[in-house]
Amino acid sequence: MLLSITKNIHEWLFSLMPENVASIVEMTIIAIIYLTGFAVAGLFLVLMERRIAAWFQLRRGPNRVGFHGILQTIADALKLVSKELTGTIKADKFLYNLAPYFVIITALLALSVLPFTQDFQAFDINIGILFLIAISSIGVIGILLAGWSSNNKFSLIGAMRSGVQTISYELSVSLSLLTIVLMTGTLQLSEIVEVQKNGWLIVQGHIPAVIAFMIYMIAGTAETNRTPFDLVEAESELGAGFHTEYSGMKFAYFFLAEFINMFIIASIATTVFFGAWLSPFGITESIPLLGIFWFLAKTFVIVFLMMWFRWSFPRLRIDQILTLEWKYLLPINLVNLVVMAVIVWLGLTIQF
Amino acid sequence: MAWLNNSILEDMGYFSDIYQGIKSLLTGMSITGKYFLNFRKGSITQQYPENRETLKMFERFRGEVIMPHDENNEHRCTGCQACEIACPNGSIEIIWDRQLDEESGKKKKMIDKHIYHLGMCTMCGLCIEACPTDAIKWGQNFENSVYDRKYLDRVLNKPGSKLMKGVEE
Ligand code: SF4
Ligand code: SF4
Repeated sequence: MLLSITKNIHEWLFSLMPENVASIVEMTIIAIIYLTGFAVAGLFLVLMERRIAAWFQLRRGPNRVGFHGILQTIADALKLVSKELTGTIKADKFLYNLAPYFVIITALLALSVLPFTQDFQAFDINIGILFLIAISSIGVIGILLAGWSSNNKFSLIGAMRSGVQTISYELSVSLSLLTIVLMTGTLQLSEIVEVQKNGWLIVQGHIPAVIAFMIYMIAGTAETNRTPFDLVEAESELGAGFHTEYSGMKFAYFFLAEFINMFIIASIATTVFFGAWLSPFGITESIPLLGIFWFLAKTFVIVFLMMWFRWSFPRLRIDQILTLEWKYLLPINLVNLVVMAVIVWLGLTIQF
Repeated sequence: MAWLNNSILEDMGYFSDIYQGIKSLLTGMSITGKYFLNFRKGSITQQYPENRETLKMFERFRGEVIMPHDENNEHRCTGCQACEIACPNGSIEIIWDRQLDEESGKKKKMIDKHIYHLGMCTMCGLCIEACPTDAIKWGQNFENSVYDRKYLDRVLNKPGSKLMKGVEE
């Protein structure tokens, strides 16, 4: 259904104007759809985080603005828009203003390759996973720029920690995804989904896939700089870390990007391990539009898992973080990769 | 295989560390998970303006310093000034004079006004600890906002009140 709508619009646009103009208009429409989705998803995730945090801590959370607090984050966003954009005199103005856009644009770029449902994927390139891994490394440049250009010691320390952390944990994220790519034999996200029609990859790959998923979750949480890996903004030590000097909308960009990154990490996990938009046992295969529902449902379960981590575990020290990555996750990951290769070679995967 | 002898793989501590780590993480998650499932029953949040009538603050809550009076308008304050001395920021002022004691017919130190400046009080509780006759206590009232700071200066002993009998013995 969605497919036919987009097709109709596509044809209508192309019949209306010359090809070049039509494709530009089409791209603009898609961009607007994604930007809207981006904002809505970001606001919703912030609300979800606050409510769930409250429930973990036996509080109630925001429940005054709108029905059960639904409008709370919208009110917060409006407040942030109306706030003054302050900055420090000694900041490197150009980089300081550029940094939030780095962070937010990389988050948006990653969003574009996610297969929300059969044909709802803006950009299905054949190196999808590689693209995602590459994009997620660019985000850290924004954080480093923000920390550096703010000319504030707390920001700089936060940014440097972020650099250390992201560069280390990127390895684990990539290797754990590679473990799965061994099974699919392709980097293209739509084909990875296709492979999973014979069972989700976490089932197909059984033990090594589960280990890969665990490593992915740990490393993914570290990539998004969330507790227990939130050294970057460690409120108790660094004020607010790299975004100490930001206010108003620029702060909101960082804040939203952080939540969208969490959503992206969860979506990648959904796509790669849990069959993206495929319904469990193919129960709703005849209604392709429900794919979006399944995709979001699985993603939010994983997002919930990450929130559960956040409200359970204490923050790690920087040396502990590096020990965890280089002494534990990386060796386990490499061994796991070999085990997976052997399993695929011997045809020991579980197929339905 | 000699190289393995020194390698971390030989050291079983490596694997037991991983096992212990995962186990303790799961224990932590199960505890928070239990809280999450019981958030409705266990919620300690007070929905304040709605439950204003029924809201009861917890026992050790420090709202303001009060001086309880009994039904005969009698309090337990002897005017000894211990609280005034104990207060680190001078929130208490005792105004006293020597008055004729009706029973003994002698002149005696008596309290005139026990002035408490709520606006300066840090709720440290030292005055209450210092009081030898337990004349002052913590009140539960927390709705202390007023439109002028002069309303924050209070006289704790009620007009016409006098010392309870038997306190001084
Ligand atoms: S509680 Fe502390 S600050 Fe307040 S009146 Fe008593 S001694 Fe002074
Ligand atoms: S309140 Fe207690 S300490 Fe203060 S003057 Fe009265 S009897 Fe003394």
